[in-house]
Amino acid sequence: MSIKIGKKTYAERIQAGIDNAFMRQAVSSAQGRFRSGRLKAAEDLGDWEEWRTRGEEIRSHTMENLDYYLHQLSEQVEKRGGTVYFAKTAEEANQYVQKIAREKEAKKVVKSKSMVTEEIGLNEALEESGCEVVESDLGEWILQLDEDPPSHIVTPALHKNKEQIRETFAEKKGYTGSDQPEALAAFAREQLRQDFLSADIGVTGCNFAVAESGAVTLVTNEGNARMVTSLPDTHISVMGMERIVPTWEELEVVVSLLTRAAVGQKLTSYITALTGTRLESEVDGPEDFHLVIVDNGRSKILGTEFQSALHCIRCAACINACPVYRHVGGHSYGSIYPGPIGAVLTPLLDGYEDHKDLPYASTLCAACTEACPVKIPLHEHLIRHREIIVERENMGSKAEGVMMKGYAKWASTSAAYKLSTKMAHTALKPWTEDDYISNGPGPLKGWTDSRDFPAPARQSFRSWYKQREKRRNDG
Amino acid sequence: MRVSLFITCLCDTLTPDVGKDTVQLLERFGCEVDFPQGQTCCGQPAYNSGYVKESKQAMKQMIRAFEDSEYVVGPSGSCVHMLKEYPKVLHDEPEWKERAEALVHKTYELSQFLVDVLDVKDVGSTFQGKATYHPSCHMTRLLGVKDAPRILLENVKGLEIIDLPLKEDCCGFGGTFAVKNAAVSEQMVHEKAEHISETKAEYLIGGDMGCLMNMGGRLRRNDEDVKVLHIAQVLNSQ
Repeated sequence: MSIKIGKKTYAERIQAGIDNAFMRQAVSSAQGRFRSGRLKAAEDLGDWEEWRTRGEEIRSHTMENLDYYLHQLSEQVEKRGGTVYFAKTAEEANQYVQKIAREKEAKKVVKSKSMVTEEIGLNEALEESGCEVVESDLGEWILQLDEDPPSHIVTPALHKNKEQIRETFAEKKGYTGSDQPEALAAFAREQLRQDFLSADIGVTGCNFAVAESGAVTLVTNEGNARMVTSLPDTHISVMGMERIVPTWEELEVVVSLLTRAAVGQKLTSYITALTGTRLESEVDGPEDFHLVIVDNGRSKILGTEFQSALHCIRCAACINACPVYRHVGGHSYGSIYPGPIGAVLTPLLDGYEDHKDLPYASTLCAACTEACPVKIPLHEHLIRHREIIVERENMGSKAEGVMMKGYAKWASTSAAYKLSTKMAHTALKPWTEDDYISNGPGPLKGWTDSRDFPAPARQSFRSWYKQREKRRNDG
Repeated sequence: MRVSLFITCLCDTLTPDVGKDTVQLLERFGCEVDFPQGQTCCGQPAYNSGYVKESKQAMKQMIRAFEDSEYVVGPSGSCVHMLKEYPKVLHDEPEWKERAEALVHKTYELSQFLVDVLDVKDVGSTFQGKATYHPSCHMTRLLGVKDAPRILLENVKGLEIIDLPLKEDCCGFGGTFAVKNAAVSEQMVHEKAEHISETKAEYLIGGDMGCLMNMGGRLRRNDEDVKVLHIAQVLNSQ
């Protein structure tokens, strides 16, 4: 996989999302749960806005000093027996992991959930070099069996229900049990246990690396990340270069924000901090630890007006709050990063060419900005993307360009504006019935296909006002 | 107190009655209302679509039109918020930025002006009926006007307000979004219309004509018998 998923056009993806009644029901109910959970968890803290401000300060400070903290992190990791590799591109990151797999003569790699490995397409790269790759996060495992991309960054199989999961297990793994969640989970646990025990390498992502101590922290609910990092002899952690905090003190704040904003939990079931390789006095942990720090377009965002997009802590609160996401689902975005943060981040990491429709997949209602625990002004970034698409990339539609030039003239000349308010009623009269338009011409059609449009009034406000003034002055 | 009405292009053309009610309402509280004829559109349709250069022309026209005003009051959270963004948009033109800042400091949304500036909580209006209120996104999240409409409506005699399920959710308008992403917009406004119907309210009240036009248009298409009213119309009802 890479950032871009599928070959369908934006319009085709959106329509497929809208037509998928089951997925929409699942997404809508999940959004409801996550949202009320988030609001309750925020309320419990009592001073959520102060937490958000602190979160924003921490992320902003870290990005401003990213070079310093990355240097400190890599020194600390190496001091504790690990190896750090900076990968400029997805290819470099994949090649490095492939190289380790070759050196270890690895046949099986077991993974815990990681968005950055989806982004760089690590699974495919490892499979190409002859490794069997097993996802051990339940949602990711289901998707892997189904060869389906994630539709959400925290709950990747949000779009599937238990019947579909039972079918997948039956078809791909010979499962014969019921569709009870407990039975499905027990089956997955039993299957995955074998993979944990037989894997040569464990690959994880990294929620946050702690610069001062060289620790990699993982936030999970299933405990699979602990298996991945303690059973195989080699552990490789892949992190986006922005996933870093200065010290444990900041970690506490961002993890609290993450778990509360993501699913409304005070903390997840497991928060794992891994520091260095196994010491002689220790009984578990990897003999060999590699931290792969991935740039893949991130450093290009530093120092730009989009820098705060790197503040993202991948909680998906914006996705869970987004009314557009609710109706179209994650796959409609055509990116492994869906929803508002996906619409901001995807064009930055993967260019506008394939993703120029994403910044427009928003009403700019700002529910995302309001939900973000580190105050990323998501809707403002979307507007800025639109400006770049139109003015720098020249990718706006010709018809719209002409219309907007006309708009500028109309709105900057009061005479032209005045005339149009006078003419509007007459101009639209042929389409008007009972003061409404149900089948409008030109751009109005998009509107009237699904709702009526009020016909312009016979007399505009300004003309009424002028008459009133005249009457008053005359009287 | 001298108040210049910022009518918004939608109310000017499509719902002049909202403007008339706004004028009368403000006059009832002793405001001397004027209407600068140079005003046009706030620039939002172009700005939000990425046509920033084009939007600046509209913005400059609006700055010129309201230059001599003491207060500027508009019956829309969204359009008023757009005005508040002018200094940011015009940041690289210092002279215009300064003029834009002067406009920002004297501009208010109608309910905000009544509650925060005129210190009115009860406008003394009477309106019989059951209604539900849609708090529009730009008014609440961007302009930060959350309580003023509620305070004013609670004090209208005879009016019963029924809570709208998932009221904070966008109605699917989003300006050009409604046309560009018509299929998604349709789903959003359909869900909103269903929630409105669930309340069994006779009236839908809101503070932004764009959203009201969207929800009203869908309700009408669904043959729902819900009347759509701008908050100014309710507050000016005797």
